[in-house]
Amino acid sequence: MSIEAGTPTSSTEPNAEGYRGFTLGQFSFRRDEYFAYISWPTGSHIMSVDAFLRAMQRDIAWDFFYGIVNFDGVFGTMNHYGTVDLFAGRYNDSYRKAELDYSENIDTPIIREQFKAILEDWTNQTFDPFASPHETGPAFGVKNGSNVDAITRRRVAATRMVNLPGDEELRNDENGHPLNRMFLDVPQDEPLVEAEPGFEGQLAGFNLFNYLARSQVTWNPSVVSVCKDSLFCPTTEEYILPIIHGNDRVEWFIQLSDEISWEVEDRDTGTMRSRVVMKAGDVCAMPADIRHQGYSPKRSMLLVWENGDPNLADLIASGQAPTYPADF
Amino acid sequence: MAGATNASGAVEAASYKTVFASLEDFSKGGVELINDDPRHYAFSNMYEVASISKPWEQVAVGKNMQYVLEVVRAEGQSGWRTASHDQFAVSLDGEVEIEFFTHGAPVDESVEGSVALAADPDGQRMGRVVLNFGHQALLPANSAYRMTASRPSVVMIQTIAGADTKFRWAEICQTV
Repeated sequence: MSIEAGTPTSSTEPNAEGYRGFTLGQFSFRRDEYFAYISWPTGSHIMSVDAFLRAMQRDIAWDFFYGIVNFDGVFGTMNHYGTVDLFAGRYNDSYRKAELDYSENIDTPIIREQFKAILEDWTNQTFDPFASPHETGPAFGVKNGSNVDAITRRRVAATRMVNLPGDEELRNDENGHPLNRMFLDVPQDEPLVEAEPGFEGQLAGFNLFNYLARSQVTWNPSVVSVCKDSLFCPTTEEYILPIIHGNDRVEWFIQLSDEISWEVEDRDTGTMRSRVVMKAGDVCAMPADIRHQGYSPKRSMLLVWENGDPNLADLIASGQAPTYPADF
Repeated sequence: MAGATNASGAVEAASYKTVFASLEDFSKGGVELINDDPRHYAFSNMYEVASISKPWEQVAVGKNMQYVLEVVRAEGQSGWRTASHDQFAVSLDGEVEIEFFTHGAPVDESVEGSVALAADPDGQRMGRVVLNFGHQALLPANSAYRMTASRPSVVMIQTIAGADTKFRWAEICQTV
């Protein structure tokens, strides 16, 4: 079932634990000390609230990203770049066969604002949903303040390349980006850049690994260089990717350091297709018809390489472009 | 060895070692198949590709429509190249010097990917960038550039497929 835009939203007074409830169309959301509860006309669902907030944080920060952001095997969003499907069971074979799946198509500004309201109200001062589990206190318990600074971090997106004049600046101790505790051994030197008079600012370089070693967040790609629609979006990863990302285009992973294991499932049904182990120097495509979730036992550096062509998702969905990167 | 107690109350290791790779020391993962074709993942390793490449070959290890990720074995001195669009180079092993000049033979905007210059650039010297491990540089649109590496090194280039991009998927990727 799908309901078109014009979606009503509301919120309740705080419950006994101090948290407000929210509605978004015919979806409703509430939390208590441990769990987030989601209900819709044909069913209901429960998630550990820390996992729910980590997923919602990424969905908001990425503005619903490319394709599908599965919070888990049941609930999530699919981006149509202007509107967003909010779904339950839509990409779950059992829900589909039982005809219990449900989705609503919602104008992006409406779902964005209601998601932000939920995240802000449900995130306590002890919890940073962007941080690794080692770097944050608990999400649990009754309402205990808020953590607005942590959940409203600015997303870094270079327009050409980091460290070019007028573009994103380097990270350092002074601007609040100390070396992460797991990257203390990463070299800190910067490239030599010598520009002749008259060419200052036209040549540039930076230490990508030092830049990544100073990231405050996990599983949060940020753009460092742009070649037309080709986007280098490196990120640092620790513990588990808080979402299961369903692709609407081919996405590439380039492992720069350490190791990540990926569970790869069919995008629409969730059946297992493969397990991918990536070590430093490995390159792997994620086809456009899969979903994936990564596991990083030690903080690692991953280059996510995206094609941001706004027409690409439709080309693949209509069969005019392949779901995998190359024929051989 | 146990280290400090962190924000969550857990005890972390006293120190961590970041594992990078190099041309001389890399270890490859892979795709463990359950119900799929390994070719859909085009899985390769950049250091392995560089280890079997000739100097300055631009071997595609990633392709997303017209866009590619090239791996270059940098060894000795390259020829002069240019492109109608920005490109970006990352050193993944070794020291690589990149010299930049202006030149009077700009590539038409419709031509994508890098192009070899027929002769040395005839314009002004713009300067140079020296990359070491993990460093990234802009290769500005319409500049002429040349790379030099005194020992076998590895460079990854963010660019668009061009006439000199080598596609060797069957040779470099996991197929079973």
